[in-house]
Amino acid sequence: MKPAVIVFPASNCDRDVAVALEQATGAKPAMVWHGDADLPDTDFIVLPGGFSYGDYLRCGAMASKSPIMRAVMEKAKAGTPVLGICNGFQILCETGLLPGALLRNANLHFVCRTVTLRVENSQSIFTSGFETGQFVDFPVAHHDGNYFADDATLDRLEGDGRVALRYVDNPNGSARNIAGVLNDAGNVFGLMPHPERVISPLLGGLDGAAFFKGVVDAAA
Amino acid sequence: MKAKIIITLKNGVLDPQGKAIEGALKGLGFDGVTDVRQGKEIELSLAETDEAAARAKAEEMCRKLLANPVMENYVIEITP
Repeated sequence: MKPAVIVFPASNCDRDVAVALEQATGAKPAMVWHGDADLPDTDFIVLPGGFSYGDYLRCGAMASKSPIMRAVMEKAKAGTPVLGICNGFQILCETGLLPGALLRNANLHFVCRTVTLRVENSQSIFTSGFETGQFVDFPVAHHDGNYFADDATLDRLEGDGRVALRYVDNPNGSARNIAGVLNDAGNVFGLMPHPERVISPLLGGLDGAAFFKGVVDAAA
Repeated sequence: MKAKIIITLKNGVLDPQGKAIEGALKGLGFDGVTDVRQGKEIELSLAETDEAAARAKAEEMCRKLLANPVMENYVIEITP
């Protein structure tokens, strides 16, 4: 596998994701600057967490218009797996690759703690390291993780099994406790929690290591 | 021309910042406040000299970047 991590101004989880990918694949991923127009040869793209463009205007709004995003969108539409974590999820929603939007947390707090998630659909390449119904613990760290979409969209997402992860104890007011959603084709996934932060017992857990190993095995 | 763009959250979209402002106003004794919704205003100076052209350009900017139709509405006011 040849993963690529997109680096935006004020991405701050790009190196954590690179470590997680190297652990899962045995090779260093390509780090791609947002201002580049072209992607290297890649078969898995990650948009990392952070605060691209200082969250100005709306979280992810400016980053979604970065030069590299045109290439990312082309690859996504051609079927290449694309993963967006936290700010990456916000960027994917702003591009329209994923439905909905991430609003300010309903309780107005910046939430920074480990949350328990229920795996609702393990049939996706992104959740194949888990079993449906399994509970996993990932940290969250965000101010704008309150997933919103209209009721018709939410019904469709649930009906199609595209809500892959759900909060057990909703930390941010997300509609229907949604923590992670898939696109229609199943090759684009966005989630607010950070699997890359739990890839070693030293970091407090291994659920994230299972997440990345699952993606690598499924996409290989 | 100048364009003033007022962006508001759609009806039904939770506005926690508006709720916090409402709570603070009530704390100051403004008991008659029944709801607060907050938004943002963006002012643009445009090279266009024609009102229709300026409006069309501002409209395109809103669609492409300034507003997110999933959660926001916008109103454009054009002035010389």
